[in-house]
Amino acid sequence: MIMTLGQQIAVIAVVVLGTMATRFLPFLLFPPGRPTPAYIQYLGRVLPAAAIGLLVVYSLKDVNILAGSRGLPELVSVAVVVWLHLWKKNMFLSIAAGTILYMLLIRM
Amino acid sequence: MEDSAKISTAFRAAFPVTVPILAGFAFLGIAYGVFMNVSGFGVGYTFLMSLLIFAGSMEFVAVGLLLGPFNPLGALLLTLMVNARHLFYGLSMLEKYKGTGWKKPYLIFGMCDESFSINYSANIPQGVDRSWYLFFVTLLNHFYWVAGATVGGLLGSFVRFDLKGLEFVMTALFVVIFVEQWMKQKIHHSAIWGITISTVSLVLFGGDRFIIPAMIAILAVLTLTRKASERRAAEAEGGERA
Repeated sequence: MIMTLGQQIAVIAVVVLGTMATRFLPFLLFPPGRPTPAYIQYLGRVLPAAAIGLLVVYSLKDVNILAGSRGLPELVSVAVVVWLHLWKKNMFLSIAAGTILYMLLIRM
Repeated sequence: MEDSAKISTAFRAAFPVTVPILAGFAFLGIAYGVFMNVSGFGVGYTFLMSLLIFAGSMEFVAVGLLLGPFNPLGALLLTLMVNARHLFYGLSMLEKYKGTGWKKPYLIFGMCDESFSINYSANIPQGVDRSWYLFFVTLLNHFYWVAGATVGGLLGSFVRFDLKGLEFVMTALFVVIFVEQWMKQKIHHSAIWGITISTVSLVLFGGDRFIIPAMIAILAVLTLTRKASERRAAEAEGGERA
């Protein structure tokens, strides 16, 4: 069954609305005019490190360690990115070298 | 013209840090455009969806929603679930996006994973206007995504170059930002909890449904360890001053 144009627009609008709700809600709940509760300030300080950790795992969520290359190209490339970045502290070098290495490894 | 000098300085400071996103979004955007094309949607849909939704993974999911039976409530719930991680970004950016004036609604609208991680960890150079810098990072990322998707939608199934694996540029970016944060912070418990809990949740619940349990567990652990964590933070501060 194919949707009508109106139904398609409704679905896209709902997706836009849902996405914006997740982005705007914290800012609407804690506007700059009023003092932000201490607990929320605490979360604002400690959450970013955890959220970026979550993002790292999220970007690797489709890796299958039970089949194919078993996640080895990902593991090696991530390790090289970490090592290069601790050593040289050069964002472009770390990202470019890690990505090129990954593209080579998955072709071997 | 003081103003245009301020704007161009901010642009020149923001552009270099977005180059990895340019590479990643050119690839992922084109992939999305091609996917839309072969799913039977014209380039107009691709352009509007990439412009208005601006949440990469959700746009891929939305293609499935448009091809399935009409179910707006289901679409809403799925969107909230896939994008729930943005709630954490918002809580993290309450302070950073303060005082950005008319740019603030756009900064929040455009807060995808990449804009969040870059703007959160940005070392904005002295003399560069903060709100214009944050604005250009967001705008450039938005532009790369829409341009990539539109090109993919126009080229459709004619695209035949082998760039398999280029999507790893995003993983590399997040890993680099994780390492940068790690080096800056004296206390690492939140970073360690974030990685550990997410990994355990991924193993337990699988790639499609691990985010919400991981978020709940992260919130719970950070809440339960608040006292200890604030004491350690105070000690680290004191140690620095001594």
